[in-house]
Amino acid sequence: MDVNWLDANYLAWLIPVPPLISFMLIILFTGRNKVLSHSIAVGSVVLSFLMAFGVFLKATGTDDFGFHETTLRIFGDDITWMDVGLSEFKMGVAVDPLTAVMLFMVPIAMLMIFIYSVGYMGAYPDDDPHKIRYSRFFAYLSLFAGGMLTLVVADNLLLLFMGWEIMGLCSYLLIGFLFEKKSAQQAAVKAFMTTRVADVLMLVGIGYLYAEAGTLKFHEIFFANNAEIIERLGNADQTGYIGLSAASIIGLLLVIGTIGKSAQFPLHAWLPDAMEGPTPVSAMIHAAAMVSAGVYAVIRVFPLLEAGGNPHHAEYTAPLILMGVIGSITALGAAILGVGQNDIKRVLAYSTISQLGFMVAALGIGAYVAAAFHLITHAFFKALLFMSSGAVIHAMEHGEHAAEHGHGHDEHGHDEHHTHDEHAHGHGSYTWADLNAKIEHGIEAGHLQPGERTPYGTDYVGPNGELPDDAEWKTSIPQGLKPDFVAKPNNIALMGGLRHKIPVTAYAMLAGSASLVGFPLITAGFWSKDEIIADAMTFITNSGQFEGHSPWLHMLVFFSLVIAATFTAFYTTRMWLLTFWGKPRSAMAEHATLMNHVDPEELAKAQTSTKKFWLQYSNSALMQGPLVVLAFFAIFAGFVGIHGDFPVLEWFTGSHNFFHEFVGASLLHEPATVPFKIWPVLVSVLAFSIGAGFAYVKYGVPRDSYEKDPVQNMVGDPVWQALKDRFGFDTLYLATFYRGFEWFGRVFSYRKVDKETIDGILETVAVVFNNIGEAIKRFNHVIIDGVGDGIPQLIGLSGRWFRNLQSGRVQQYLLFTAVMLLAIGLFFVLRVL
Amino acid sequence: MGSFISNVLNFLILWPAIGAIVVALLPSNQPNLARWVALGMSIPSLIISIGLFYAIMNGDPTASGYHLEYVSEWFPEIGANWHVGVDGISVTMVLLTALLTPIALLIAFEHTENTKAILALILFLQMGLVGVFVALDMVLFFLFWEIGLVPMYFIINQWGGANRKYASMKFFIYTMAGSLGLLLAIQLIGFTVGDVKGLNGPTFDIQTWHEVWPQIGRETNLPGENPGEILGVSYTAVKYYAFLGFFIAFAIKIPVWPFHTWLPDAHTEAPTAGSMLLAGVLLKLGAYGFIRLVIPLFPEELASPRTLLSVSDLNFTFAQVMAGLGMLGIVMGAFSAWAQDDLKKLVAYSSVNHMGFVVMGIAVMGVWYSVMWAQSSDVNDPVLALQMAGQGLEDEDIAKYRDQTQLQAATIDELTSDDQKALAQVKLDAELDMDENMQTANVALNGAVLQMFNHGLSAAAMFLLVGALYHKAHTRDLRRFGGLWHIVPVFGGLFVFTSMASLGLPGLNGFTSEWMIVSGAFPYFEVMVLISTIGLLLTGAYILKGIQKVLQGPPNPDWIEYHEHHHSLEISYRETIAIAPLVALMLITGLYPNWILPVINERVYHIFSAFIR
Repeated sequence: MDVNWLDANYLAWLIPVPPLISFMLIILFTGRNKVLSHSIAVGSVVLSFLMAFGVFLKATGTDDFGFHETTLRIFGDDITWMDVGLSEFKMGVAVDPLTAVMLFMVPIAMLMIFIYSVGYMGAYPDDDPHKIRYSRFFAYLSLFAGGMLTLVVADNLLLLFMGWEIMGLCSYLLIGFLFEKKSAQQAAVKAFMTTRVADVLMLVGIGYLYAEAGTLKFHEIFFANNAEIIERLGNADQTGYIGLSAASIIGLLLVIGTIGKSAQFPLHAWLPDAMEGPTPVSAMIHAAAMVSAGVYAVIRVFPLLEAGGNPHHAEYTAPLILMGVIGSITALGAAILGVGQNDIKRVLAYSTISQLGFMVAALGIGAYVAAAFHLITHAFFKALLFMSSGAVIHAMEHGEHAAEHGHGHDEHGHDEHHTHDEHAHGHGSYTWADLNAKIEHGIEAGHLQPGERTPYGTDYVGPNGELPDDAEWKTSIPQGLKPDFVAKPNNIALMGGLRHKIPVTAYAMLAGSASLVGFPLITAGFWSKDEIIADAMTFITNSGQFEGHSPWLHMLVFFSLVIAATFTAFYTTRMWLLTFWGKPRSAMAEHATLMNHVDPEELAKAQTSTKKFWLQYSNSALMQGPLVVLAFFAIFAGFVGIHGDFPVLEWFTGSHNFFHEFVGASLLHEPATVPFKIWPVLVSVLAFSIGAGFAYVKYGVPRDSYEKDPVQNMVGDPVWQALKDRFGFDTLYLATFYRGFEWFGRVFSYRKVDKETIDGILETVAVVFNNIGEAIKRFNHVIIDGVGDGIPQLIGLSGRWFRNLQSGRVQQYLLFTAVMLLAIGLFFVLRVL
Repeated sequence: MGSFISNVLNFLILWPAIGAIVVALLPSNQPNLARWVALGMSIPSLIISIGLFYAIMNGDPTASGYHLEYVSEWFPEIGANWHVGVDGISVTMVLLTALLTPIALLIAFEHTENTKAILALILFLQMGLVGVFVALDMVLFFLFWEIGLVPMYFIINQWGGANRKYASMKFFIYTMAGSLGLLLAIQLIGFTVGDVKGLNGPTFDIQTWHEVWPQIGRETNLPGENPGEILGVSYTAVKYYAFLGFFIAFAIKIPVWPFHTWLPDAHTEAPTAGSMLLAGVLLKLGAYGFIRLVIPLFPEELASPRTLLSVSDLNFTFAQVMAGLGMLGIVMGAFSAWAQDDLKKLVAYSSVNHMGFVVMGIAVMGVWYSVMWAQSSDVNDPVLALQMAGQGLEDEDIAKYRDQTQLQAATIDELTSDDQKALAQVKLDAELDMDENMQTANVALNGAVLQMFNHGLSAAAMFLLVGALYHKAHTRDLRRFGGLWHIVPVFGGLFVFTSMASLGLPGLNGFTSEWMIVSGAFPYFEVMVLISTIGLLLTGAYILKGIQKVLQGPPNPDWIEYHEHHHSLEISYRETIAIAPLVALMLITGLYPNWILPVINERVYHIFSAFIR
């Protein structure tokens, strides 16, 4: 086969490959060598980035790229993957405009996350589990990157689903990266299981679509020349069940997949707990990649979801209604919960849930280009925010250690461990004494909570190692992650004034926050959020298009999102002010720094000033460099999607909305641009001003860590506690689903059905046949006893033989067989007669 | 050479038996010699099976029937011939058997007591398994079917765990009890078919059965008997009971829920090598029996509607019952697996869960095979076909299709049977897209066979890993493990990988087949597939439970102490080498299933295309 791999059609195959190879290499060969491992990982992402960027340039440079009228101009290639029956299933890659913009955003964000990770993971002391499993971290991260890139270049739903689930596995492994911690284990299982609820239904949806359409290729199902497939699926008279068309049912199942993956209500509970993972993981999973994948998948199949309806005329189909309602609830609910969080990462987690809600709600009213736009800008600024929060936490941890040891800096903080660690880590292995010391240290440092660990690593075993009896199964129910627990370094109530300690992080995070709250005109988040609100507001600005249908979903989405945007402005401003503004509110914050742990002797030995600087600031530079890059995109990425008719900026845009025109060509019907109106812009600005202004009034003043939170004062203690408890969803799920399922499995399915009923019936049958056998034996005794001497002896012998086999039910089964054989023998005898 | 090629299947059957004899004759005091000889004897089978697989893959795809057939007179007195042959489905199973046997032997190296006996028994077992898969004569089939039981009984009984006597007896008697009905039915069918064909005695040729038995009583009346009767009993009743005999025998073997309770006991008590073969190959015998025998022989019994307890509203077909039991296996198996505190029992129950998918795929095959059979030109009973497809003729249909049929009657009862047929044919053509249904059934059956292969890989690998841990730690109690990942990184990695394959992670083998079955089954068994997703969900729960309870947690001081001072817990080189081919195949099959699917499809396609009108 003569393939030019540099051709854009084939290059797409190669984009996900380097990280996957990197995963294999690190796991199989280079795990012992940390520097080599992270070099391979970063190098693989650089390769992917270069290839993806090349494809992106090729795509933007191609005229009429995507669907135009009846022509389809995309890059792609495929192979036969499943050859069954009459048709072949082809698996392949395709690059259309939507993929192209993802290929721009995803590799850049990933590259930054990888570089940041080198600094972030490197900043841990050598005896920390982060450092002990350093190489493994980069292996997982690489696999994750490979999964995401696979998902992006996939040309069919099945390959997309593969990438989707590989990311699910990686998120499980990465959230549970500190698997010593019970809370991390539980968070990992919770994330995997919650998304799996949705994934199995999505799997059915994909299966149903394949059975109905005979293909899963996006461009075969959604290409304008094949519109009859969509029309047939969208017709409830021809296909489907219970009054819904096949397209609606498939759509509902696929949307449920997104609800799980993008952490939408009611499957949102896993995401705040997922913050147990190392922070680069949060940036990767919860900003740039996995959660966005859910929205991406829905955009991909959008023509299917609206088949049989038209959201722009308020003819909503079932999947659209589901998305609109769920998105609205999630956007608003999570924004409200974001107000009550003191854990900096958890604020961002709720913010992510809420922003994804914006996108899903936008999809519900058909504004999928706006959703795609927000997806891109959100990925940039949320990755930035998460990574900044990681830098903040690191600085706080250093500060905590320094404060405890009474040093200005904590160069000596880990000396006692260094001595014996150095030699052990030289070979990449470690001794058990080290690990135990590390656990003790972890408890001191707050990584591990006292009581999380029991001598046997489980919560079953008694003090002397005895195992409880089966009746105590109830004790196996985990207590659950404590919803309101906040680790000290993460607690924004204990921060303050950090802008003087870590200025680069502070201002990068300011840029990210500004984008998140939609600071007018100069941030990316403003433009993308504005487009969603403009689309939702058409029921006021352009009600003519609805032609008598009630645009109730537009109204719902509009009001929820505007209120949610106000809350977003409030909690984001609160978070930034509490972290960086005012004066330090604890000793940790007082001593916060991102400088390395350096041995003073080593520092003295350093020859040049460059070397000295690198020794002290390598991790700081590796962490904060990527923040600056992402801050650039958080501000400027929005300018590609400005409305063509925006006042004053018209001369800049040339009356074109570049993003809309480019990405709009990805799907079956190119959506009409909403005519420019000034009202949505004013509403956005108003929401921002109210939220941010109010937060500044409350939190812009210096305050002490022991003071009650102003919000707590305002809403009262019960509401505040409810916010911290996340409205009790976690407790509810544990009490109902977990306990219910556990009971069903342990008591009903295993004990009552299998052991007592089925085995009980078997035993009864065995007993019955045993008794029949006994009766025959007695009968033989009576009758044959008188006939001769030899036969009774034989029977006596066999009786003894049977008795010898008396190990439980053995005898019964044997007799059962004997009787059956007798019956068969009789049958044949009768047949001959 | 030519004679070797024509005898290659005989070689595959007899070579392991020769191996077993050779190993048994070796001196008892040299266990290492026995180990390597046994392993060496299993390699030729593997090489030839791979060759056979590729020969069929590259063979003529349009050729129907069996390959490498070999017929020889064997037991003329009872009409049994030595008749063997392979097709795409059986060669896949032969490959699986030949692959798992050396791996199981390698694992059986760990036994120090009576080493050569267990090795010989494993080789002996291989003979029985291969025999079942290649047999084309029912007596031969039954013979090998029973032969497979004996070595497994002894393997569990002699080398098993604490409760081995009970478990081995339960396994043996339960399977035997099922086989008795099978034996009875085989005799019955053999004599009847022999009569119909005008032979002097019975015939047990499977291909002849396929042609003759489903038609019996429909068109032809039996010679020398009263019309529509076999042995003086109406043919429907006789066929029905023969069907039950077959159904139950194979259902026990798969095992279909609720016939599954022997499985957790037997699998848990068996030694590692035994569990691997039991889960890897023995369970597939049942599914294979359904595909090869039950569905082709009993389409009418399987798919025609029946009423429960003569209540006219409670309609059901056996295909639906089968799908329902498959669903219960998926769901209840997963729940029971989740409830276990014994790691090996957890894995054993996962087999019930995974084989549930196979059952469901076979049920889909059953429905469409039967529909196509009923409307094929040989049978030509569109009324029955319509009923089997779940539709039936209604009075409104007369008006609806009046243009095509010109029928004037008001109700169905007024129509003659020929008119009913004509109407049913019109409705069938209008409402059922046969091409699409055939495609769906194809996907489902391909998926079922692939799932058999995949479960063979991942279940064997899971048992291997559980055994590797148990052999060293002498406990399988999940409550006592935890925090082992620090101690056994390589084992941990393999355990997570294999668990994920078992869980059905896309990119690994299990996913492809489960997705194919779901896709094929959903259009017909919508509700059951949706309920089955609970089982899929719970699969995640029990797999993660296993990982969490074994590997995760802080370093476990007890096991550290044990690991450093008593016995290393890390997986040994021998075990790593044994699992390596399984791991590789799980990955390859997940990424590119098309290396095996065309071979499976070779047969599946012919099964259905035989009925194209």
